[in-house]
Amino acid sequence: MTDVKTEAEPVEAGGRRERPKVGLADRDGFLAWVMLLPSVVYIIALVGIPFLLAIAFAFSDVTTGDPSFDFVGFANFGDVFDDRVFWRSLRNTLVFTVISMLLIVVFGKILANILVADFRGKWFVRFLVLLPWTTPVALSTVSWLWFLDSIFSPVDWVLRNVGLIDANVVWLGQPGTAMASVIAVHVWRLTPLAAVIVMAGLIAIPKDLDEAARIDGAGFWRRMFEVTIPLTMPVIAVAALFGAILTFTDMTVPYVLTRGGPTHSTDVLASWAYFRGIEGGDVGQGAAIALFLFPLLLAAAVAILRAVRRLEAR
Amino acid sequence: METVEVKGLVKAFDGHLRARRGRSERVLALDGVDLAAEPGEYLVLLGPSGCGKTTLLRTIAGLEQPTEGEVLIGGHVVNGLPPRVRQIAMVFQSYALYPHKTVLDNIVFPLRAEGMERAEREKKAAWAAELLEITPLLRRKPRQLSGGERQRVALARALVRDPAVFLLDEPLSNLDAKMRATARDELKRFQERVGTTTIYVTHDQAEAMGLGDRIAVLEHGRVRQVGTPQEVYDDPADTFVATFIGSPPMNLVKRDDRLVGFRPEHLLPAENVTSERVTMPLRVERMEYLSGDRHVYGTVTGIGEETRVIARLPATVATPLAAGETHEFAVPADRFRFFDAAEGVRTAAVPIGGAS
Repeated sequence: MTDVKTEAEPVEAGGRRERPKVGLADRDGFLAWVMLLPSVVYIIALVGIPFLLAIAFAFSDVTTGDPSFDFVGFANFGDVFDDRVFWRSLRNTLVFTVISMLLIVVFGKILANILVADFRGKWFVRFLVLLPWTTPVALSTVSWLWFLDSIFSPVDWVLRNVGLIDANVVWLGQPGTAMASVIAVHVWRLTPLAAVIVMAGLIAIPKDLDEAARIDGAGFWRRMFEVTIPLTMPVIAVAALFGAILTFTDMTVPYVLTRGGPTHSTDVLASWAYFRGIEGGDVGQGAAIALFLFPLLLAAAVAILRAVRRLEAR
Repeated sequence: METVEVKGLVKAFDGHLRARRGRSERVLALDGVDLAAEPGEYLVLLGPSGCGKTTLLRTIAGLEQPTEGEVLIGGHVVNGLPPRVRQIAMVFQSYALYPHKTVLDNIVFPLRAEGMERAEREKKAAWAAELLEITPLLRRKPRQLSGGERQRVALARALVRDPAVFLLDEPLSNLDAKMRATARDELKRFQERVGTTTIYVTHDQAEAMGLGDRIAVLEHGRVRQVGTPQEVYDDPADTFVATFIGSPPMNLVKRDDRLVGFRPEHLLPAENVTSERVTMPLRVERMEYLSGDRHVYGTVTGIGEETRVIARLPATVATPLAAGETHEFAVPADRFRFFDAAEGVRTAAVPIGGAS
């Protein structure tokens, strides 16, 4: 019996081994292409082509009334530079971005600490924290519009009743408060994203380190500034850069809240490009304005990639 | 030098997921532990994974709060006090060095937290680095160090504060086998020099036997036995200790309502046992030749139920043995230990047939 079995087995096994089936799913090269293709198509169609079009339009006299393409050299750029609104919106963009980014990172770090903390009812707090990010931006901005309304603002109502102000502030009607409002709404919206990014960094810190610091006698602030923050620095950098990029290119909040007003005091590059190129019809100038976003975004992208690499090296 | 004592310590963990559905499942990590470490003593907590030894250490450190019971350091109850004020130093299994700080900054971190002046803490750090021979490494980052060097940095960081107690959580388990032997020796000499009360957690019995002044054997959150390495090895309190300590473990042969235990090294071919002895026939099944010793796997009859046992024959015993043979073996009469078959605890000796 056993003899027969041992004789039969190698033949059977050999026969099976002769016809190996290698499916398409076994070929890494093929798989790589299949998996990458959708994102490659997406990037080419929605990022690459519009970007090349924008460059082409920036050197043309295309308008919505006359779509024929005529090369005009740097004429659009000259016009843009002569326009005081452009410089205003460039400055607004920088103010908007820098202040928003700082606030987003600080609040994001604080919220991240809340997200990782263990307490009763934390699922509800997590839900509240993530709400601003998950609500559609147009919807939440419209409700902010009501919040900051010149007559019916609940914010003003509260401040009036507390006795801090006598008359309504008209948040969106004055240059200073309008900018502050735009920044506040934007920070409110983007902080959850930063919080989630920083939270990922906080979770990645080995628990031992915090415990070691506690045993070494470090209090809350020392642990925060000497252990937690240095260790999450690369992640915080990523959160900051995401905040910066998403602020820099954003026009939704200023558009819905103020339409760039009053008198361009909240116009940013993106919204000004839109008003000029689409609503004003001068596609060439709009494209020229939008191109100013590019070098700064490129620098930010390089910085993000560097931060990520530092994260991996650790 | 301080005493460390725990009294009636209970630590329960809730099964989180179950608790939400109303069926809370409590896991007792510590189930009534009473233990005391004398001043300057090296106490080793030994047990299999999940026995609660690390939880006990963390409770002493103040990283966990006990559900019931008291922790006393130097005679004072420290329950509820944060780790900071307990005057303890702990070395973690992972060493938990701050990866972004240099070795020097790692070592002075506890001193800075204390608010010590710069000159003084540099002096202290230099002293600790000297003692542990890591002075050339002070400018490096932890990732540039080997496992053994990291361990010494962690020790230095623990040492600079002049703690009342050292708590060590399996500090050797990340080292390779060769390093572990040297590091064990260094640890022991180091503790003897500084003389600080030390509580050391390990699952490795060789470490426990080699390092401990006394060993506390834990299982399922209870202390099974506390004693010197010799006591724990030669006079195990129950069958758990008897089989957990010793490699290969103690042989246990069932005889009526008792278990008859004897160590493998005491089961020798009959002609090698000259003192008062109990002989038994052993059918040899398999042999292993391990670092000079012969481990003989076989079945004994005659002293109780037929049981598989292991005999460890030192190199000096040259009796020829082969698999399949039955040979007369013997155990010196004073080497038998008796346990209750149902409870597993030690009982008085009973006469065994075949004594000669």
